[in-house]
Amino acid sequence: MIRVIRPGLLTSLQDNGRFGYQRFGIGPGGAMDRTAHRLASALVGNPDSVATLECTLTGPELLFETSALLALCGADLSPGIAGQAVPMGRPVLVRAGARLSFGQRRNGVRCYLAVRGGFGAETVMHSQSTSLGGKFGGHAGRAVRKGDRLDGGALAPEQFCPLLAEQLSATSAAFAAPRWRVPLLDDTASPQIVRILEGRHWELFSPEQQQVLLDGEWRISAQSDRMGYRLEGSALALENAGRLVSEAVSFGTVQVPPDGQPIILMADHGTTGGYPKIAQVAGVDLPLLAQMNAHQRIRFEKIPFEMAQQMFLQRENDVETIIASIAQRRFDPA
Amino acid sequence: MDECCLLVEFGRSVDRKVNDRVHALADHLLQHMPAGVVDIVPAFCVLAVHYRPQDMAFGKNLPSPYENLRDHIEALLSSGVVAGERSSRRIDIPVCYGGQHGPDLAEVAVRCGLSRQQVIDRHLCSEHLVHMLGFAPGFPYIGGLDTSLMLPRRATPRTRVPAGSVAIANGQTVIYSTASPGGWNLIGQTPLSLFDPHREPPCLLMPGDRLRFVPINADDFAVTAGQQP
Repeated sequence: MIRVIRPGLLTSLQDNGRFGYQRFGIGPGGAMDRTAHRLASALVGNPDSVATLECTLTGPELLFETSALLALCGADLSPGIAGQAVPMGRPVLVRAGARLSFGQRRNGVRCYLAVRGGFGAETVMHSQSTSLGGKFGGHAGRAVRKGDRLDGGALAPEQFCPLLAEQLSATSAAFAAPRWRVPLLDDTASPQIVRILEGRHWELFSPEQQQVLLDGEWRISAQSDRMGYRLEGSALALENAGRLVSEAVSFGTVQVPPDGQPIILMADHGTTGGYPKIAQVAGVDLPLLAQMNAHQRIRFEKIPFEMAQQMFLQRENDVETIIASIAQRRFDPA
Repeated sequence: MDECCLLVEFGRSVDRKVNDRVHALADHLLQHMPAGVVDIVPAFCVLAVHYRPQDMAFGKNLPSPYENLRDHIEALLSSGVVAGERSSRRIDIPVCYGGQHGPDLAEVAVRCGLSRQQVIDRHLCSEHLVHMLGFAPGFPYIGGLDTSLMLPRRATPRTRVPAGSVAIANGQTVIYSTASPGGWNLIGQTPLSLFDPHREPPCLLMPGDRLRFVPINADDFAVTAGQQP
């Protein structure tokens, strides 16, 4: 059992998305930074269909009533237990009664906390993701609140990591963790380059307007959230946008509403939209974007579809390689 | 559209025949789901096929996942495997028109140059077809509205439209599946629940359904609404 002592700014259970229902208007949602979610899950031996806790900017304070095997990937929000910094990117065995809290944000926006055995998330339509808008799934269809109890954590996690358990029992430290770790977030540049593909309606924009998108520096506005990042910069113009008929959109679609300020659709995007789609963020850059905060600036770099697809497949390969190497380590402290 | 989504375009405007073709391909793919495909999203004239390229065969001298999927769909379309005729479900939707359930009915009547009863009659007689679901879970865009009921969306959207509201604009009907902001003209309300995440199936309507609206009075509305779990 895990008790929420303080909820943090926006802490919700997310898995790798709810797929198979978009034709009913049910968006896939899921973790904003899917790579961090997957790595954290792999580090505790969970499949990525088990939800992690997505912690946004200000992390929660959680009490682990029983011992637990956990892992933290994504943003560094200064996790700590009993005044000691908890190392990220590796499995961490904590004692019963451990209080995990967070402090200053050092990089990124969203930190993913996985616990072996999961958090007791509710499965709705084959997914544990929380639909914040639809108010279902995850934990009671909402972000966690003070006093919530998450009925999760595997029984006796020590049996899965005997070497770490040995290490912990030999000390009075608050937790045990190996020295190895998986790659963590790079710092973002300012402005950060984000690669895009030509959107479905790229050709409907004049060459001048296309250049405005590519030459411009765009600031992520404060009105940005899990549904979409609103960008501030030059106003893009398109004639006859009213004649476009609604069709499917996806995570990373860059659409241009009537005010001309582009919106990048993020994890909680609706399933369809009628605004012109000028571009699409390359899949490999979505986790990077998910870790960018309001007021940070980006520039777009257009790449061909074949390159984007190749990079996507290469990145998948890289992540699978890391996950395979985690499995081989079997929580070896060395 | 991107590395994980392929679009099949059948037309450029809202059209019954085009929409039928979208649904015919969607139905076929749902019955014979290609490996790696995770979602099929039909819209008015475009079908989206969401897929996981990493779950499809790829390699140095092989076609890319995108090319594979594109070739598969092109072959389906040209072979005529995808039939034009579909068996649609026919669903009755009880609606209480006007009054507190349809606060815009009077205004719609004035703007269309009709009486309120004429608006209701023409709505009832329209051949309603669910073109697609989108905007919110279970939210239908319904075509086939009588052309005499053509009018634009309201100048100022409402911040909150009650769930079940039946509304018209731009030659279509929508039914708000959940309470939300909305700019369409509210002519009535159904006591049926269009979306319940814990029900099987979660959505009352599917793309391609043909609807018949059935008028009910306010008392029947209250009774039926009370019966919804």
